[in-house]
Amino acid sequence: MENSVYLDEARDPLIIAEGWMKDGKDVAIATVVETWGSAPRPVGSHLVIDADGNFHGSVSGGCVEGAVVNEAIDVIDSGKARMLEFGVADETAWQVGLSCGGRIKVYVERLG
Amino acid sequence: MDPYALKMLNAERRARRAAILVTDLGDGRDRIVREGDQVAGDLGAAVARAFRSGNSGSVEAEGRTFFLNAHLPQPRLVVIGAVHISQALAPMARIAGYPVEIIDPRTAFATPDRFPDVALHAEWPQDVLKRQPLDSYTALAAVTHDPKVDDFALKAALDANCFYIGALGSRKTHAKRVERLLALGATADQIARIHAPIGLDIGAASPAEIAVAVLAQAIHAFRSRGLDAKGAAA
Repeated sequence: MENSVYLDEARDPLIIAEGWMKDGKDVAIATVVETWGSAPRPVGSHLVIDADGNFHGSVSGGCVEGAVVNEAIDVIDSGKARMLEFGVADETAWQVGLSCGGRIKVYVERLG
Repeated sequence: MDPYALKMLNAERRARRAAILVTDLGDGRDRIVREGDQVAGDLGAAVARAFRSGNSGSVEAEGRTFFLNAHLPQPRLVVIGAVHISQALAPMARIAGYPVEIIDPRTAFATPDRFPDVALHAEWPQDVLKRQPLDSYTALAAVTHDPKVDDFALKAALDANCFYIGALGSRKTHAKRVERLLALGATADQIARIHAPIGLDIGAASPAEIAVAVLAQAIHAFRSRGLDAKGAAA
């Protein structure tokens, strides 16, 4: 744990999302809302995505970010939030998974 | 997410104030709850728990599923006095998850040699606290035994509503301190928040044991903060 006392604004996903919004970009916010077993990022972690697929933050150790970014671009288009679930690659319908053996639920929503 | 909620949340986080983003996972509506805001029913109880623990999670309330994302400022410990107790307290507190800063204008005490790997300010508390103000997610332990150094910081900690305030010294020493703080404009209710003599009563005999007693008392203060008010609100 890094335990920084003040926000690291250059790397903070929610600060970056607000900056993108001010620049007039369309933004999606993905949030880890549940974890089971071994999960690389705790509940509440964020990945923020813009309509061009740029992203900051993380919801896993890099295992599922690609899939979340793709879903996020759809969510930006439709405006409808989605709940995604990722588990071990072999055991789920998803093409990507968590090699650590855990499962996570990620809520993806559009900003605004 | 509501853009206004995001702006409000970031403003709270920048100011080192606690906030919870409550999202209804059914319809996506969200709102920010700040510490002290009244939230009724089962959701209110869950919000109070999240403020206390800092843990995020889902909760069922009023037939709906809400996600509570708790954003608590990183709690920290400011120690006035680069003394023997502080040498033990700094690494212990850091390991426990409370980053430490040490302030002591006496340059013979505040040397990097005595305090490797610690944020150390060989300056008066007045000067450091002007740059980095205290807040309700900061604990303050005043351990110099020197009113010239301790008193200003103690008064500042009372005004900033630090979650923990402790001051080293016997009951007799503290009685004199109370007089001085009253003269500085602190109220009796405020002064009653100061833990003095400092530390849980574990019979600590050495500087390192006193450090354990101080750290335990600060953790207890953090984990039980606002319990009464929140209980009444729920």
